[in-house]
Amino acid sequence: MTATLWRGAAQRLRTNPAAVVALAVIAVLVLLALAAPALNPNSVEALDWSQVATGPGVLHAHWFGTDRLGRDLFVRTFEGARTSMAVGLVAGAASLTLGLGFGTIAGYLGGRADYLMMRVIEILSGLPLVFFVIFLTVILGRNGYVLYTSLVAISWLTMARIVRGQTLSIRRREFIEAAVASGGSPARVIMKHIVPNVLGPVAVYATLMVPQIILFESFLSFLGLGTQEPHASLGTLIAEGAGEIEAAPWILLAPGIFLALLLVSLNVLGDGLRDAFDVREPA
Amino acid sequence: MSATAPQPEQPALRIDGLKVRYGTGRRGADGASLAAVRDVSLQVSAGECLGIVGESGSGKSQVFLAALGLLASNARIEGSVRFDGEELLGLPAAALNRTRGAKVSMVFQDPMTSLTPHMRIGAQLAEMRVHHASATWREAERRALEMLERVRVPDAPRRMRAYPHELSGGMRQRVMIAMSLMCEPRLVIADEPTSALDVTVQAQILALLRDVRAQFGTSIVLISHDLGVVAGIAERIVVMYSGRVVESAPMRELLRTPRHPYTALLTECAPSLHRARLDRMPCLKGQPPDPTEPEIGCAFAPRCPRVSDRCREQRPPLTRIDELSQVACHHPHAT
Repeated sequence: MTATLWRGAAQRLRTNPAAVVALAVIAVLVLLALAAPALNPNSVEALDWSQVATGPGVLHAHWFGTDRLGRDLFVRTFEGARTSMAVGLVAGAASLTLGLGFGTIAGYLGGRADYLMMRVIEILSGLPLVFFVIFLTVILGRNGYVLYTSLVAISWLTMARIVRGQTLSIRRREFIEAAVASGGSPARVIMKHIVPNVLGPVAVYATLMVPQIILFESFLSFLGLGTQEPHASLGTLIAEGAGEIEAAPWILLAPGIFLALLLVSLNVLGDGLRDAFDVREPA
Repeated sequence: MSATAPQPEQPALRIDGLKVRYGTGRRGADGASLAAVRDVSLQVSAGECLGIVGESGSGKSQVFLAALGLLASNARIEGSVRFDGEELLGLPAAALNRTRGAKVSMVFQDPMTSLTPHMRIGAQLAEMRVHHASATWREAERRALEMLERVRVPDAPRRMRAYPHELSGGMRQRVMIAMSLMCEPRLVIADEPTSALDVTVQAQILALLRDVRAQFGTSIVLISHDLGVVAGIAERIVVMYSGRVVESAPMRELLRTPRHPYTALLTECAPSLHRARLDRMPCLKGQPPDPTEPEIGCAFAPRCPRVSDRCREQRPPLTRIDELSQVACHHPHAT
């Protein structure tokens, strides 16, 4: 099922124009973010006192303009984009792994273990997260690890629930029983027979989780809890721009448009994938 | 077929006083419970083919699932299951996993759902050997191909690369049988291996099981609700009713002169070409007893044509008739 499931899904995705466009937009954004330092010689930190808060244009060196310290917004926007996308991918992958492990174990073991594990998830998702992040930042100081940890801490919970649900739906299937009857240990059954079979729907959810993480990172950075100067993420740039919205709207626009494009495209792609895998229909 | 008479040597599988109950009440409360297997003792000799017959709910599958530790966690199991002299009940999972699949393997009822959908046939077969016999993948795949050929899967090299959904039901059941044989087990338990298949394919699979036994010398336990299916291959048949063995005898003897009235009715229910055509198929009236009720007297009494007052009060014990036959009835047919 799964190999052809992936192939069939890829085919169905190709026939969905919105998803194809979204995929193309994401590809362009990723390429731009990676290529930006080579396209424009300005550095992220360099201050250009002759061009403070200049508007965008192609005639001078700063295509997207500069901020009030004279830093180049083209370079900074894509630096921020790289940070945001890296955060999305790394925290997304970590949540996926954690959720997959936790969810399959809870679903497979069932009974009391499942009960306890799911209550842990519920308690964790009941915590007020912004407060939790502020708390962590105060104790551990502002650094990247706190940021990643808190992002993973919120996003793996839903992933674990989804994986558990999928696991429950296949754990009573006969091929699992056959694997146990053939002498497979629980770890082996989970790794070889459950994980590959829940991966389809889980992949869909993962594509929808990445934009959520990016958004949450931007939100934390906007509040000053995330990425710190002189580094930029889309969130810090937007926060900076929001302060100058009347005098210099371009400071907000460049990172704002990028973030909106990225989030919309990722969500459209995720929706397309969900249709392609037809997750609502039992596998 | 009569090549291997039950030998006096140590039986491959010996089940003694097996009881399986399910707690149906609240956790901890020792209230309602359901008796799936009330008391079963049986033996499977080396190289023997034993048929287990009974209707749904008679506990025939439960006995063997219990033996391999495959029951749900709310099952309470008593008794003893010895395989090659080793007690299987209460064995830790890791130790049990060295027996399951390697020395005892199972063929399940529904070949459509018993193969892992995302793995190619060849890899699924080979995995058994890699896992249990620590063979290399190359070796294991060679063996998988050989097994597919031995269970007469046509075009085996191509099928090795196929996914389960690309094969027909009969073909998948052949694959399941090939898989059960990958580690040359001493015992293969086939739980209704033909029930999900067409009648013509059914006959092929039974012929294959017979052939497998001749080729590999493994013991086979064939579980079925269909006496006809079992009769074609088993040397000895055990008839179960309501979680107990009611009769066990060599196949021919059991079919020719069934002692227990339940067995007699089962043989009459099977359509036959040799008997005169009847307007109506005879059928067994009534329902088997509720497994949550305590048993009083003979479980078959309410449906039995030979019932007497004694049957309703006193449960007939399983008594040995001769060296190979046992029956649990107050009024067995005399041979």
